[in-house]
Amino acid sequence: MQLSKNVKQMKFMQRRYGQANAAEEEKALMSKVDEDHWVLDLPDLDVKESKFEVEDSFVPFENLQFGRFSFKGMNPVIEKLMANEKAKVQAEESDAREKEIAVSDEEMAARYSSLIGTIGKKFTKKRNRTGTMEESDIKKMKFMKPSDDD
Amino acid sequence: MAASMTNADVVLPGDVLTDRLKEITNKKVRLGPGLRWQSKDVVACKCGVLKSREDHAFWIDNHQRRYIPAKGESIIGVVSLKAGDIFRVNIGSNLPAALPYLSFEGATKRNRPNVQIGDLVYAKLLVANRDMEPELVCIDGSGQSNGLGVLSREGFMFKCSLHLCRKILSPDCSLLRVLGKKIPLEVTVGMNGRIWLRCRSVNDTICAMNAILAAEYTPEQNLKSMVYKIFGGVAAV
Repeated sequence: MQLSKNVKQMKFMQRRYGQANAAEEEKALMSKVDEDHWVLDLPDLDVKESKFEVEDSFVPFENLQFGRFSFKGMNPVIEKLMANEKAKVQAEESDAREKEIAVSDEEMAARYSSLIGTIGKKFTKKRNRTGTMEESDIKKMKFMKPSDDD
Repeated sequence: MAASMTNADVVLPGDVLTDRLKEITNKKVRLGPGLRWQSKDVVACKCGVLKSREDHAFWIDNHQRRYIPAKGESIIGVVSLKAGDIFRVNIGSNLPAALPYLSFEGATKRNRPNVQIGDLVYAKLLVANRDMEPELVCIDGSGQSNGLGVLSREGFMFKCSLHLCRKILSPDCSLLRVLGKKIPLEVTVGMNGRIWLRCRSVNDTICAMNAILAAEYTPEQNLKSMVYKIFGGVAAV
C-alpha cells in the first residue's frame, strides 16, 4: 500500500519512512539543481556502453570516513553522530559475514529432502511413533540381559 | 615508459595505462582521480602512485595542496561574501563556491541562518563541474544537517596537504583515536586540505596541530609514540 507524501512527512512516520525516502529526495533535489542549469537544446546523444566509469572523488576509492570527530565529550552532538556511524559500519560488516556463513538455498533443499523422516516424526504422537520406525530399529531395541558376573 | 610501469607503481602525467587494464575484460573498470580516459586509452594526468582495488578500481595517490572540487566531498569553507540569497565561500579551489542560505537546517525565507563573513562552514559539494562555480549545501536530502553547518568560532583552522586529510580520514589510521584518548578535542577534516580543531586550552591546540602535521610522514605503528612524545609523556606500550 502506498501512503501519501503528506502522511509520510508526519513526525511519527519519520522513523519508518525517513530513511527510505532520503535517496529519493536527494534525487529530487539534484534534478531541481539540474533544471536550474542552462543547456543547449540539442537532441540527446546516445551514450555508448563504456567499459570505464570515471569518478572525481577519492572518497569511494579509499573508503574515507565522514570528517567530524569529537572525543571525551567535547561536542556531544558529534559524538552521537560518530556512534551512529560506527553502528552502521558494524551492522554492514556483520551482514556481510552472515552472508558468507549462511546456508545457501540449494544446501537447504538438499538437507531437507534427506530429513523428511526426521521431521515427520515430530508430527506423530509418541504412542504412534513406533509405527513409523523401521523394522530394523525395533529389532535393535530388544531387551538386553545384563551380564551376571558379579 | 615500460620502466615506470614496472618500477613500483609510480606513474607520470601522459603515461598510457591501457595495457595494464587489458586483462580485465567484460567487467566495468572504475577510474578515479588522476586518470583520464581519452579515445580508447587510459592516461595518467598526475604524477603519483597508481593504486588499485580488487573490484577493478584504479586511482592515483599523490601529494597535492591544491583542491579540485569533486561532487559529494565534504569541505571546510570560509564565508567571504553575502550576496543576495547565497553566501560566497572560499573552498581553496580555482573558483569560490556558492552556498544558498536555504540549504541550512531549519532555514526558511523568513528565518535566515546566522552566518557572518569570516565564519567557517563544513559543507558538502552538490555540484562540482570543471568550469563552473561549485555549489555547496549544509543539509542532506532529507533536510537534516548531520554534522554539516557553521563551525564554532572557538576553534582553530590550519591548512595541510590533501594527502594528509585523506590519511587521517582513512579507517585504518589511528591518529585521531590516539589523540582523543589523550585530550578532549573536536576535529573537523575537510577534503580540501583544511583541518579545524577545538580543544580545552591553547596548549592542547598547539600540541594537537603539531601531532596532526607530523602524522603525514609517520608510519602507522609509530603514531602512538609520536603523539605521546609531543604531549610530553612516555607511551605505554
